[in-house]
Amino acid sequence: MSSLTARQNQSGFSLSEYLTCLNGIVWREALRFLHQRERFVSALVRPLVWLFIFAAGFRQVLGISIIPPYETYILYEVYIAPGLMAMIQLFNGMQSSLSMVYDREMGNMRTLLVSPLPRWYLLFCKLLAGTAVSLLQVYAFLLIAWFWDIAPPPIGYLTVLPALILSGLMLGALGMLISSGIKQLENFAGVMNFVIFPMFFASSALYPLWRVQEGSPLLYYVCLFNPFTHAVELIRFALYGQINWLSLAVVGSCTAAFMIGAIYAYDPSRGLIRRGPAGGET
Amino acid sequence: MKIGIFIPNATFDLPGTPEVGGIETFSFTVGEALRRLGVVFQPRTLDLDLSVTQNLLYHAALHGIARREARLRSDEVLTRIGLSDRAGSKVRDLSGGQMRRLEIARALLHRPRLLLLDEATVGLDVKARADILTHVRQLVTEQGIGVLWATHLFDEIISSDDLVVLHQGRVLAHGPVARVIADAGAQDVNTAFMRLTSAAAASGSVAP
Repeated sequence: MSSLTARQNQSGFSLSEYLTCLNGIVWREALRFLHQRERFVSALVRPLVWLFIFAAGFRQVLGISIIPPYETYILYEVYIAPGLMAMIQLFNGMQSSLSMVYDREMGNMRTLLVSPLPRWYLLFCKLLAGTAVSLLQVYAFLLIAWFWDIAPPPIGYLTVLPALILSGLMLGALGMLISSGIKQLENFAGVMNFVIFPMFFASSALYPLWRVQEGSPLLYYVCLFNPFTHAVELIRFALYGQINWLSLAVVGSCTAAFMIGAIYAYDPSRGLIRRGPAGGET
Repeated sequence: MKIGIFIPNATFDLPGTPEVGGIETFSFTVGEALRRLGVVFQPRTLDLDLSVTQNLLYHAALHGIARREARLRSDEVLTRIGLSDRAGSKVRDLSGGQMRRLEIARALLHRPRLLLLDEATVGLDVKARADILTHVRQLVTEQGIGVLWATHLFDEIISSDDLVVLHQGRVLAHGPVARVIADAGAQDVNTAFMRLTSAAAASGSVAP
């Protein structure tokens, strides 16, 4: 037990204090997630509906030629599985930022902000916690998908992990950046429509880009510049034990950019969150 | 009263001695200051769906207090506020007074030198209000913690307190209660406050 005086004289923070803090934030996020069973179920049902119904219906319509990382002809279900994994993370990223808006409105955010540790570190812990929760969901999805004959090589389950962590961080940071601009919870539905759907549909999640190019060259370029496309491709290649370097670079730099943006936006002295009666944040 | 958790500058001053009104001050960085500061906000800031202990452990973790030590301390504070038997209950099931006591206990987990309470007794019944007031006064006398108590309820002020009269962000008067009253030419805190804020004022905060 550290004595009062010892603590008073100590300045700065030790590594173990940083880790304890990270631990605590991840633990709370996991607890909250487990308490919201509906959230877990809906997070799983959403991609499964796509997989079981959408993919089954489109199996005949969309032929997939042999494109990397696949070495044989594949079923459409197999093609969209990585896209659905990224979709889980996209929804989760938006949902954890939704919970930040909620926390801000309900005052729970204050608990976080009276922590003496640096603000950027607290936000980073929040991001990691959100990513950890998304990993739980993705692996639960992979387990069910396995029974549906979507069976990547066993080593793929391991090699996909770093890709998932990176894409989870990117999508979480994006959600956090967006949430900083939202004053009230009601505005969020709009953001879902303007962010989640365009990002998901204008990507390689549902159809390979060469097919998009045949249909509309313009949309092809939109997809190509969509970071979500690269998250999907990063996951797709990693699931088969390969690295898509371009996607890795794009996802990596977008993660950094979104994270810096979010930290900047949540910094009260210059960020987007305004104090005072209008902002409601005190 | 607004509590600036959003402190834009790198340093600010905090009383160096636990006695309220202690003139001695030190400069700390924001993090160092927050470490020495316990804050109880006017709105509830507990996680309603987590248990009493889970709320305490989360706060402790945010202050970098390791799990084992955090458990010891949370048992200790729960005993002090008489909520030991509710340790496993969801916060949602507590009464308003119990939540408030829990928030005070939580703010003390990291053993701050100074405790800020922003209208902590608003919305509580007479009994719960008295309990909290007694509890906080005990903290001052028994543990030597400095307390900044913001309130609109003047019966919470006793004559030995140090008083700061705030009105629209400005300090109108400060000093021992008796002197503030005498300087205003009044008989009690109420009249003194009304005179100081020139009667018409609708808002203001008092901190003994």
